[in-house]
Amino acid sequence: MKVEFSVNGEPRTVDVPGDKPVLWVVREDLKLTASKFGCGIGQCGACTVLLDGNMTRSCGLPVSAVAGREITTLEGADDAVATAVRDAWRALDVVQCGYCQSGQMMSAIALLRSNPAPDDAAIDAAMSGNLCRCATYQRIRKAIHQAAGELGGAA
Amino acid sequence: MKRYIDAAAVTASPALSRRRFLTVTTLGGAGFVVGCGQREQAPADAAEPTPAAAEAAPEPVSLETLNAFVRIGSDDTVTTVVKHLDKGQGVTTGLPSIVAEELDADWSQMRFEFAPADAEKYANLFFGVQGTGGSTAIANSWMQYRAAAAGARAMLVAAAAKRWSVPAAEITVAAGVVSHPSGQSARFGQLAADAASETPPDAPALKAPEDFKLLGTDLPRIDSAAKTDGSAQYTIDVDLPDMKVALVAHSPRFGGRVASFDATAAQAVEGVSEVIEVPTGVAVVADSFWSAGKGRDALKIEWDDRDAELRGSDEIMADYRELAAAPGVTASDGGDVDATLDNASQVVELTFETPFLAHATMEPMDCVVRLDESGCEIWTGSQLQTVDQQVAAAVAGVPMGQVRVNTLFAGGSFGRRAVPNSDYIGEAVAVARASQGSDPVKLIWTREDDFTSGHFRPMSLHVMRAGIDAAGQPVGWSHRIVTQSILSGTPFEGMISNGIDPSTVEGAANLPYAVKQLQVDVHTPRIGVPALWWRSVGHTQNGWVTEVMIDQLAHAANADPVDYRLGLLEAHPRHRGVLERAASAADWSGPAPEGRFRGVAVHESFSSFVAQVAEISIDSNKRLTVHRVVCAVDCGFAINPDIVRAQMEGGIGMGLGAFLREGVMFSEGQVLSNNYHLYRPLRISEMPEVEVHIVNSGEAPTGVGEPGLPPIAPAVTNAIFAATGQLITTLPLGDQLRAG
Repeated sequence: MKVEFSVNGEPRTVDVPGDKPVLWVVREDLKLTASKFGCGIGQCGACTVLLDGNMTRSCGLPVSAVAGREITTLEGADDAVATAVRDAWRALDVVQCGYCQSGQMMSAIALLRSNPAPDDAAIDAAMSGNLCRCATYQRIRKAIHQAAGELGGAA
Repeated sequence: MKRYIDAAAVTASPALSRRRFLTVTTLGGAGFVVGCGQREQAPADAAEPTPAAAEAAPEPVSLETLNAFVRIGSDDTVTTVVKHLDKGQGVTTGLPSIVAEELDADWSQMRFEFAPADAEKYANLFFGVQGTGGSTAIANSWMQYRAAAAGARAMLVAAAAKRWSVPAAEITVAAGVVSHPSGQSARFGQLAADAASETPPDAPALKAPEDFKLLGTDLPRIDSAAKTDGSAQYTIDVDLPDMKVALVAHSPRFGGRVASFDATAAQAVEGVSEVIEVPTGVAVVADSFWSAGKGRDALKIEWDDRDAELRGSDEIMADYRELAAAPGVTASDGGDVDATLDNASQVVELTFETPFLAHATMEPMDCVVRLDESGCEIWTGSQLQTVDQQVAAAVAGVPMGQVRVNTLFAGGSFGRRAVPNSDYIGEAVAVARASQGSDPVKLIWTREDDFTSGHFRPMSLHVMRAGIDAAGQPVGWSHRIVTQSILSGTPFEGMISNGIDPSTVEGAANLPYAVKQLQVDVHTPRIGVPALWWRSVGHTQNGWVTEVMIDQLAHAANADPVDYRLGLLEAHPRHRGVLERAASAADWSGPAPEGRFRGVAVHESFSSFVAQVAEISIDSNKRLTVHRVVCAVDCGFAINPDIVRAQMEGGIGMGLGAFLREGVMFSEGQVLSNNYHLYRPLRISEMPEVEVHIVNSGEAPTGVGEPGLPPIAPAVTNAIFAATGQLITTLPLGDQLRAG
């Protein structure tokens, strides 16, 4: 089926099975590969994107459900919050294998948009759906605090 | 043009000789042929840059190859050819930092690219084949890359000396600029073409460590940028023209085979192009992952389980307990330890059990294959390039020299991508070969495939008895291990010596504590579950049981756990060094914070030494929280302290997750824990605050990818004992505190 929606601010139309998940549409049909496949059941968060600005796992989300809506992937995340998150991730060298980090950063961006000054408990609650097998969690916490500080939140 | 530093000419570091546990000799003895010199060598400069490297080095005008490891662009970039896989451990920063130091480059001009598969140039000097593992990437490369970079530097200097007609000895190099006191100067890029035609020096002078400017500092990771903007390329991201995606239906039981299948419904799925049988199952080839998955769901397959492993994990452990009744193969002969223990003042007897563990890499196994008239080209996070090349050649039916391997970033590995039979790579090539079409094929394993198809860290049983005399000193220590051999039946079988797979007894047979009689023996039953090295391998188990046992001896002797260990480690100064540092940083001699309890452990693995103090609390609902871990590490010279810290943090987090909850459970031969809702690694809310202290022993650098992991489980076990008196001897912890 044909589905029209917006990806990273641009209108896109795809002609794919309506039950194909958004993750695979952005990866295979739109060639945006930052969002990763990890589990397919919304348990690991590697596929996290923003749907109308809200944190969403894209691996189980049928593309038919996002008609007319706005998807943001890491490739298109470039507002002040995303820039602060990316800068903090780089300054602290959060990444190890890096595979989960697109999803981690999208979750962090969504968190900081809704809570500009999260404490550790708020970070843990918001980020608990994102697995990192390299266990970069300590640096993720620090990077979110640092980004919040850059954005003026009292981290 | 073949102009590279001969690895054999490079002086071995002390670490090299000590760590030569995999050698060409033993591999050759096992009938393993590397094939060096028997095939066409693709020159290093003919290899396509990886997408990541292309991203890092935009539009190089020309790239001059100074040797196998160093290329300098006319745009002034210095590209380090990285012979190892980067699966997160940071080797794509570490090796370029070694090159930058000896070359006197500026860090900002450094780039990297992964080496092609070419064992002649790019073998791991500890393995004899190209591959990454055993926390050897820096240790084996240390002298080789220093020499390569120093040689390249000498070539730049020689080129400048000729150009300026000045003595080479008067030329200096700093931050990527070659200068002469006369005022002449040139950047590397301006000299590269001339330098490339200079003769490489035989034995270039290396810097004295006190002259290092970059090594030993927290240089930022080269891969951070690409891994935070989505441009880093993993296997799953590879996109070739007309590429197909394949999923394979595997037997639900290890050792099961396809008896028959009906592909009618699968072939009717939109987007499915082929359904083909391969040795490992039935492959569905389609235009996308989603179509391939729907096609696979529609397959009807009858499995032949005649040769399958039909036991559950509980039954396998029950069989292990029976085996443990009799002595195994002796790894350390403690004499008549039973008689000694009969006369000991106190004897501690403990039986430990550990489960199968999954690597659970965030990127599931995947591989892209293109077969054409020129041979076989594969793209994957290859951890054993030489083995993968050999397997791909055999499956594709082409000479090994016609297999080109493009190594890409791996989304984790922890050992999973170093498979002696290259399982998923061989499978991908088999699918491509069986396919009627000539399109490239990307094989993707789903998470369920990954969790149910192996390979796993073996489960183990440890029956231990140790006794102390009236003064509290250990007089005898008996340790019987039952676990699978990882090496048995693989091309690495030659490493099994006197019936002992070293990975089964590492950290146990070389117990550092001064025990008069050390008896260690091992049973390695063959079972149908594929076993594999998992971050720190045998140390995951032996580090846990030995450090819990020594803590129990300290308790029996009414001694402080740190003091007790120190007293038994007089012959092991590096163990002592990290233990003392961790204890002092954790203020061990002072009281624990209110409501908190501490446990300690120290363990050597892969020639690095790590001690950890875990600080925990247990609430009224018997919920465990690990608040803080103070970690001290001696990995010799720390070339990048921040990456050392990161690896300690990661090892602690991964090891803590395994301790708390991880275990692959089988029933009737079928894995039950098939996705992350049932196999649950550590999450951020459980990550303790980790504080890392680096002890500089002045030794040559050794690895940090694995050694951070073994001490965390015993440190937490010992802390739980300190808090509750409950001793955990079966992993994972699960609900034992509430039950206990």
